[in-house]
Amino acid sequence: MSEQANDALVIAGKRYNSRLLVGTGKYKDLDETRDAIAASGAEIVTVAVRRTNIGQNADEPNLLDVISPDKYTILPNTAGCYTADDAVRTCRLARELLDGHNLVKLEVLGDQKTLYPNMVETIKATETLVKDGFDVMVYCNDDPIVAAQLEDMGCVAVMPLGSLIGSGLGILNPHNINIIMESAKVPVLVDAGVGTASDAAIAMEMGCEGVLMNTAIAAAKDPIMMASAMRKAIEAGREAYLAGRMPRKKYASASSPMDGLIK
Amino acid sequence: MQINLNGDSLDVRDGASLTDLVEQLGLSGKRIAIELNMEIIPRSEHPTTQLAENDTVEIVNAIGGG
Repeated sequence: MSEQANDALVIAGKRYNSRLLVGTGKYKDLDETRDAIAASGAEIVTVAVRRTNIGQNADEPNLLDVISPDKYTILPNTAGCYTADDAVRTCRLARELLDGHNLVKLEVLGDQKTLYPNMVETIKATETLVKDGFDVMVYCNDDPIVAAQLEDMGCVAVMPLGSLIGSGLGILNPHNINIIMESAKVPVLVDAGVGTASDAAIAMEMGCEGVLMNTAIAAAKDPIMMASAMRKAIEAGREAYLAGRMPRKKYASASSPMDGLIK
Repeated sequence: MQINLNGDSLDVRDGASLTDLVEQLGLSGKRIAIELNMEIIPRSEHPTTQLAENDTVEIVNAIGGG
């Protein structure tokens, strides 16, 4: 087995070679969506569940025609849900939509301005979904206590925000994410807040198991090139983490030997 | 008879099944999920599930999102 295959991301018992998870929102069209996702190398792709647009052109391609569930692990999300009940309902519809597929990304939002997670409703929804047999990857705040509770409740991955959804501000509280990772036995992924490649690399260098992003790619001037940049950043950050960085020092340390210096 | 579909009223023939509704909407073969009066009806039960006057139906699909 190659080194890369040995270093797989394991979620709910399934192995993935890519540690980059991507969303499918905000793209210009389905061609751009397909090409950006291909360039990202992602294997897990999030989608939203919405009312079918009745009366639309029946021949119009559907998202799942270009992002095929045969090729990708589809991760339906509960984006736009503000209550546990709505989130649970959305997950159940997604499971029917995807022929019994149980993996979901739970996010229950607090308000439209911040899209910050409402953790009380998130915990309520988690309880119901886990009982109902779902594998829950949960979007949460970067509170180590809440993250541990969600893990204890049976979530298959804990996904604290780096910063607000769509803000592109990077990882604002790396210390909290470090504390979450210290005790977590399920994968910790940074979900939301990544703005550019260095943000993704920082998350991976810290030891996060993966990063989930959408806007950083979709809102780039060239989304396909940014998708490729993110793939490299995730790989570079992961390798740097595994390689183990040098210690930080206060003063210089010469790289060239002093012996044999010309006089 | 009238049903409520995705928030709008729609006229369907009396006794229509969910499969009939899907055909009427041109959605046959599309990847959708259907909720009838807040209860999910599995695809296998669409042919045998009959609509009644004033039923509330939600039909959803996957779209881009993060």
